[in-house]
Amino acid sequence: MSTNLRLFRFASPAAFYPLAGRLVPWFAAVAAILAAIALYLGMLRAPTDATQGDAYRIIFIHVPAAWMSMMLYVVMAFWAAIGWAFNARLGSIVARAIAPTGAMFTFLALWTGALWGKPTWGAWWVWDARLTSELILLFLYAGYIALVSAIDDTRRADRAGALLAIVGSVNVPIIYFSVIWWNTLHQGASVSVTAAPKMASVMLLAMLLMTLAFWAYAFAVIFVRTRAIALERDNHAAWAADAVARAPMRQGASS
Amino acid sequence: MSGTFAVLVARDLRLAARRRVDVFLPIAFFTVAVSLFPLGVGPEPQTLRQIAPGVVWVAALLAAMLSVTQLYAADHADGSLEQMLLVPGARLSIVIAKAVSHWLLTGLPLVVAAPVFGLLFDMSAPAIGSLVAGLVLGTPVLSLLGGLGAALTLGLRSGAVLLILIIVPLCIPAIIFGAGAVAAVESGLSARGHYSVLGALLIFTAVLAPMATGAALRIATE
Amino acid sequence: MTGDQAPHANPPGDAVLTVREVECRRGDRVLFAPTSFAVQAGSIVWIRGANGQGKTTLLRTLAGLSAPAAGELVWASAPGTPPRPLYLAHANALKEDLTVAESLRFLLDLAGDPVGRGDVDGALERFGMASRKDAFVRTLSQGQRRRVALARLAAQRELQPWLLDEPFDALDTAGVELLAGVIARHARRGGAVVLTSHLPVPIDEPVPAIVALHEPALA
Repeated sequence: MSTNLRLFRFASPAAFYPLAGRLVPWFAAVAAILAAIALYLGMLRAPTDATQGDAYRIIFIHVPAAWMSMMLYVVMAFWAAIGWAFNARLGSIVARAIAPTGAMFTFLALWTGALWGKPTWGAWWVWDARLTSELILLFLYAGYIALVSAIDDTRRADRAGALLAIVGSVNVPIIYFSVIWWNTLHQGASVSVTAAPKMASVMLLAMLLMTLAFWAYAFAVIFVRTRAIALERDNHAAWAADAVARAPMRQGASS
Repeated sequence: MSGTFAVLVARDLRLAARRRVDVFLPIAFFTVAVSLFPLGVGPEPQTLRQIAPGVVWVAALLAAMLSVTQLYAADHADGSLEQMLLVPGARLSIVIAKAVSHWLLTGLPLVVAAPVFGLLFDMSAPAIGSLVAGLVLGTPVLSLLGGLGAALTLGLRSGAVLLILIIVPLCIPAIIFGAGAVAAVESGLSARGHYSVLGALLIFTAVLAPMATGAALRIATE
Repeated sequence: MTGDQAPHANPPGDAVLTVREVECRRGDRVLFAPTSFAVQAGSIVWIRGANGQGKTTLLRTLAGLSAPAAGELVWASAPGTPPRPLYLAHANALKEDLTVAESLRFLLDLAGDPVGRGDVDGALERFGMASRKDAFVRTLSQGQRRRVALARLAAQRELQPWLLDEPFDALDTAGVELLAGVIARHARRGGAVVLTSHLPVPIDEPVPAIVALHEPALA
């Protein structure tokens, strides 16, 4: 109980700002280390696949990126909903900060999917269930970002975005199953481009580590963005002026 | 409040009757859009028959989305929407009335016009039948989701294009199963499963979309 | 239109609406300092303030279209009935493609008032627009549209509180007199009126109580 109350201290942008600032370098370091290990395992230690050769190794980025894109959408909807339901400004700010990162991971998943498809199946793009769902997810992110950017009133923008994100989350399973059904109907027995080869344990480990690395990276980037948005929204408040005054002057920074 | 519902639908239909030309705009767009495909793809009957259901569904979706911005925009601009929202407990009635008016003025004409386009694409009679059946179930879904989009983008400059971007992904299941029903019938299978899914989608949307649209209206007018 | 029957409203002098320390916000900006006032039955409250001070926002908040950023509103209503103020916004809410009579009837039907043709005609007559009742709204001037929008006031049967946003705008001298008469009559019968106006309110009886909105104190 007391832990809860103590954590709520950080629910205001002013209190969250310094905490996030201290955590960002740690997250960045963790991300770099985990990514290095994951890439080492994936690129060098995992066995070569019998059918796909070495080209399949893109899976160590593709699959974690796809997972991240889906998880971040739900997390974004969650924080936007919290911001709306409890009038918690930090929740809405975090949701807005997540969106570009989520969209980036979606794009990364699509791009690595294309890179995988070319050497394996000869085409830069195939309309298989997973890639098509990722594409639609990209549209959902784009819609959210477009909507909140189009509304000038921050309050209305936050709430409209929250509603859209919630509606999107509810629809994602429906869209996903529709696309799977559509794909099996039209592609018949052809193997999916994104069908992963049999998992040796080292492959699974590499993918999990990469996912954790992506999470750490996401935390770092989202915290940086959250701080920036919080500073912007509260620019007339005392804490913001303090924070800017205390920021270290960088060498060669323009005055 | 069924009173509010009836009054609104009657008014919207009367307004449409005063601007008869405007009512034909979605159909005109639909016709032009559908006719572009043979021009772009070639007149070979086999190809046209194959792409027909997809083309009709996509054109129906775009036609519905283009006419849906008008659903709330005019009332918002002249203050009528505010007066409607002042009626206690009427928010859901307003939303449903708007969706029904939109369907009567855009969806229903599309359903009626669809067989003609089926013939243009040389579709067989059972295929045309399943196209129409699918549209009967799917166009209300488009009207309901379009209403949500219109409420979210109320009064924004970017209007229709933004609405299409945010709502079209949500309409994808309806397109998949609507066009899929026709494909099933054309290959000699039963489309009953497709109709069931479309029906379920309709019920799901009819229950949830009005609440979401009501919330969106409140967010936009607060 | 029913005669001066005794309406089921609060006796004169009772507070119909109590506004306590209310603040309104537009976007992130607080518009005015916390404001409190009470609206008695049979009185006219005139909300004044500089341009952009939040008069319209306050009126919309009183009407229930948005929630106040701080403070509370307490309506006293007749037992069993929810507070249903009649709110006339700055915009007229008339559809250009409907006739005057159709537009007015739509607004009255929407409000749940069972209205007969005679009542609509009578209301339009009261505001001098009876001769144009079958004309399309788009053929009317701004002042004429305002009169049609105001005709709602003459058609309402219940003694509701009225919330009027710049009601005298666009009216000519005759129109201003008409409206002043309608408002004064409503107050005399025991109804309450809250209005905003940047022009002087030409009503002597009852004398409007002035509520001024002030700049918010600096944070």
